[in-house]
Amino acid sequence: MFGYILRRLVSTIPVMFIVALIVFLMLRLTPSDPAAIIAGDNANAQQVEMIRQQLGLDKPLLVQLWVWLSSLLHGNLGESFFFKKSVTSLIADRIEPTLALAAFTLVIAVAIAVPLGIFAAMRRGSLLDRIVMGFSVMGFSVPAFVIGYALIYVFAIKLQWLPVQGYSRIANGFEPWLRSLILPSLTLAVIYVALLARMTRTSLLEVLGEDYIRTAYSRGLTPLQVLVRHALPNAAVPIITVVGLGVALLIGGVVVTESVFAIPGIGRLTVDAVLARDYPTIQAIILLFSFVYVMINLIIDVSYTLLDPRIRY
Amino acid sequence: MSDILVVDRLTVELPPGSDRRYAVEDVSFSVAPGEIVCVVGESGSGKSVSSFTVMGLLPREVKPVAGSIRLEGEDLMNASEKRYRELRGSRMAMIFQEPMTALNPVKTIGDQIEEVLKVHTQMSQAERRARVMETIGQVNLPDPDQIVRAYPHQLSGGQRQRAMIAGALALDPALLIADEPTTALDVTTQAQILQLIAELRARRGTGVLFITHDFGVVAEIAHRVVVMQKGKVVEQGLADDVLNRPQHPYTQMLIGAVPSLTPADRKPLDGAPVVLHTKNLRKVYSSGGLFQKKRVVEAVKDVSIDIRRGETVGIVGESGSGKSTVARCVARLIDPTAGEVAIDGGDYAKLPERALRDHRKRMQIVFQDPYRSLNPRRTVAQSMIEAPVNFGMSQAEAMSRAGDLLDLVHLPRQSLDRFPHQFSGGQRQRICIARALMPQPEVLIADEAVSALDVSVQAQVLKLFDEIREKFSLALLFITHDLRVAAQICDRIVVMQKGAVVEQGPTKDVFAAPKHPYTQALFAAAPGKQIGNRI
Amino acid sequence: MSDRAYTQTFSALAKLRIPAAAKEPAIVIPAVILGILALIAILAPWLGTIDPALLDPTQRNKLPGFVGQITLADGAKAPFTFHMGTDNLGRDIYSRVVYGARISLVIGAMVAIVATALGLAIGMVAGYVRWSDGLIMRFMDGLMAIPPILLAIALVSLSRAGLTAVIVAIAIPEIPRVVRLVRSIVLSIREEPYVEAAVTAGTPTPVLLFRHVLPNCIAPLIVQATFVAASAILVESILSFLGVGIPPEVPSWGNIMSAGRQYFRIFPHNMLYPGVCIAVTVLCVNVLGDALRDRLDPKLRKRV
Repeated sequence: MFGYILRRLVSTIPVMFIVALIVFLMLRLTPSDPAAIIAGDNANAQQVEMIRQQLGLDKPLLVQLWVWLSSLLHGNLGESFFFKKSVTSLIADRIEPTLALAAFTLVIAVAIAVPLGIFAAMRRGSLLDRIVMGFSVMGFSVPAFVIGYALIYVFAIKLQWLPVQGYSRIANGFEPWLRSLILPSLTLAVIYVALLARMTRTSLLEVLGEDYIRTAYSRGLTPLQVLVRHALPNAAVPIITVVGLGVALLIGGVVVTESVFAIPGIGRLTVDAVLARDYPTIQAIILLFSFVYVMINLIIDVSYTLLDPRIRY
Repeated sequence: MSDILVVDRLTVELPPGSDRRYAVEDVSFSVAPGEIVCVVGESGSGKSVSSFTVMGLLPREVKPVAGSIRLEGEDLMNASEKRYRELRGSRMAMIFQEPMTALNPVKTIGDQIEEVLKVHTQMSQAERRARVMETIGQVNLPDPDQIVRAYPHQLSGGQRQRAMIAGALALDPALLIADEPTTALDVTTQAQILQLIAELRARRGTGVLFITHDFGVVAEIAHRVVVMQKGKVVEQGLADDVLNRPQHPYTQMLIGAVPSLTPADRKPLDGAPVVLHTKNLRKVYSSGGLFQKKRVVEAVKDVSIDIRRGETVGIVGESGSGKSTVARCVARLIDPTAGEVAIDGGDYAKLPERALRDHRKRMQIVFQDPYRSLNPRRTVAQSMIEAPVNFGMSQAEAMSRAGDLLDLVHLPRQSLDRFPHQFSGGQRQRICIARALMPQPEVLIADEAVSALDVSVQAQVLKLFDEIREKFSLALLFITHDLRVAAQICDRIVVMQKGAVVEQGPTKDVFAAPKHPYTQALFAAAPGKQIGNRI
Repeated sequence: MSDRAYTQTFSALAKLRIPAAAKEPAIVIPAVILGILALIAILAPWLGTIDPALLDPTQRNKLPGFVGQITLADGAKAPFTFHMGTDNLGRDIYSRVVYGARISLVIGAMVAIVATALGLAIGMVAGYVRWSDGLIMRFMDGLMAIPPILLAIALVSLSRAGLTAVIVAIAIPEIPRVVRLVRSIVLSIREEPYVEAAVTAGTPTPVLLFRHVLPNCIAPLIVQATFVAASAILVESILSFLGVGIPPEVPSWGNIMSAGRQYFRIFPHNMLYPGVCIAVTVLCVNVLGDALRDRLDPKLRKRV
């Protein structure tokens, strides 16, 4: 088991290397001059040249790659142009709200979506099934910021139940913290619930068509027993796979949601960095989020071995 | 003793839009205690629907509309869903064709057998455990302590089916329904499972309703036989009567079509030159890479076969014997790891694709599944002329040749403009044969080419193979798992086991006096040896 | 997906004749709505609109239905009803919403075309040229490990914002999924006996791919392209909303909402109209995609 985890951990290195390579090449292979873009429209030639040197863009490509990778390996993500401090400390300052928002959303989304998907599959073609599927396709179609503003309008402005915007740190008390997270989490959860409910339903329907389900019925089990003992254990792997893949949506959603709710997290930082053309920060954020995504999916991969005896390690 | 199961004038309706109105119509039969009743028929005969109706496992859209089913005197057609559930697994049990998919892959064998006891009895855990171990012992599974903890994928096909049987018989049901339980198994495993079913029946007095398409199996175990055709029973009676003195023309035709295990007389081929020659052919598969454990499988080891002009050589063996891998190496659909494959002395085992193209027209292949062998969106003509046009024949010439060949395989020329879905399985296989003949090959490979066909169609296609072999003096490499088929069509047979040739020789000699113990075991396992010998 | 499913897909595609499809509301209704939207986009100048970029500081933040004045090209003033009000720069929101349909539809269509075309080409190569498979797929894995919106944001931030840059930035993150789909189809189809028969018939590989493999990709790709289009429209609106997409003076639905953010508490209508437009458009594309998939993918349809 330990050897397997180690092997899987090692296997993420090439993926992360390619992510780093893509991030590196993005800056160097754009048709326009990144130094000029970063400097902005009002910069003179001297300023552009300075930025070029700062980024090391004047050196040969392979040298640049070497410098960039070796500094990454030392945990040095560079210095932000805009905020004038190290990107590492910049991110450290902003990680709490993002982590809280993402974790909170993940929990409520799974708690809502999986049961919905199961009910829809069990009552296939019923009114409930259609409502769930209708909600799911709507969830895919309405942009998070529209949902966010609609929620703000109803619950914060009209009903005044919850704060409009902002984030209250957990150190400042649990209740304000929770209240500040409810609307953003709901906003962020919509697309995730839509995805997860739909995939739960699909996976379960697929499993329910398998031969061993027929065997279970032939042994006199009730539909509920068939679901709990045979269908769900087999549908678990595809369902948690989607939980992992959906994290990509969640991360994208964090950027939008934090912007809508003025939450000072990494998502907000992304937008600020892009608007300020703060490239070292953008690079670092992409690497960080990709790393998190790859690690979550690695954990999920490893958990397959607990759920399905056929997957060997 | 009174019958366990009585099915009386049962009619089951199919949903609107099906190819016929009733899946089964006016079907009556019964099963007595300790009796094995075989329901036999070709695909679409309604034999499986009958058994599923008895178990109450039909899909929602398919409904029994008339007749009655009685299990130990109890009316099932009007039983509540709850009562049905109580009976399923306790008084009647079922085993299925594919033991791999019929078992839940993420639960241990022990849990799956125990489940029946949990659902239907008040036994304590210790009692259940004891019963599970006992049942596992009764189906002759080795090492019960390990088997209870094993998952389905860790067992062989035969062991899985034994585990299925253990689960089905754990509560000593009065009726066991077996739906083609040995069809997916190798012949030696099949023989063991049939023996096990027969034994358990004798020991416990269980009535068995056995669904099969194979008259060999019927001859092996049936007490009584019910023959079905297109949803209706055409004949039923004692096994001896039905098998040896069939009354209905359809039954006569079916039994007559079963190839005999006694090899047919073949014309000697003295002096014909060797066309296809393989020497020390090897194929090794290796999987895994940087981050996985490496696994190496030697699928074919040192296979040397010669086929002369006008000769049919059969490769027989069970699954995993490497027989199909040999065929695919000869057709160069895969690259051999080592060895020679030559036609008329020209070795093409190692040629790169570009150089290989000139050789391709000399060897053509017919595959097992007629439904997947033709591109569904291309007309028969387009499929047929592809090869000759590739090799430089003009479109018009290729078309006229295609027409001629359709005549030869007994299909109308108008078929050229049609699409594959307009043909039956047997017709498609004829088209595939005609297509294979288009580039005038010297070697024809038939990879289980008659295995997916119903027995009546199989006989016709086999005859066609023999006709074209003779007409074009083809060297025919015939891959099959079916000894009956091999006996009828092959001049020589090659027996393979685990990638290696264990025995080869003239069909007559090998069948009369098999030398290798594996060949002997294979022949001994063939069910219903007398079937097909009289007609 | 099983091999059989794909062989059957084509016959399903053949069955997708217009009359049959015309009876299915899940196809007809979204198709009609999208058709109307396309008409609105094309006919935008004749639908009672004015220049969507026209600023008028005297007419800022007016409510829907406000009757004011506009300055025509020749300098004359004319009365004008602002059906959806004006934004904080005094631009007519109705005109901007109508013109915004152009951006969304063009982006949806172009991204779908670019992503599926590139994905098809790369996926075919990965599926058939063995040595390239590992290389291509590792690269795609890397690309997929970057959350799509993040990658799009990073890509636009690097170039001067414009329609082409936005299309490219949105299309690139979509490519890996198309590649995976195409590759999986190619890998299953190349095992089909009829493809193997074509190999033994001496058909050269490019012809083989074109004749026997490509047609199997069409139906699933149509479905995939619809979903890509839906996602592209969403991502464009997000980029614009965040202020990193199309330049703010260009009327795109995301831009209109972005401009309306500041005064949202007082003038929520700034966000209502474009928000509804985005939602309806994307919903139509998604519903259409679902309906097409149910029709073209027999594996999902079969599950009665």
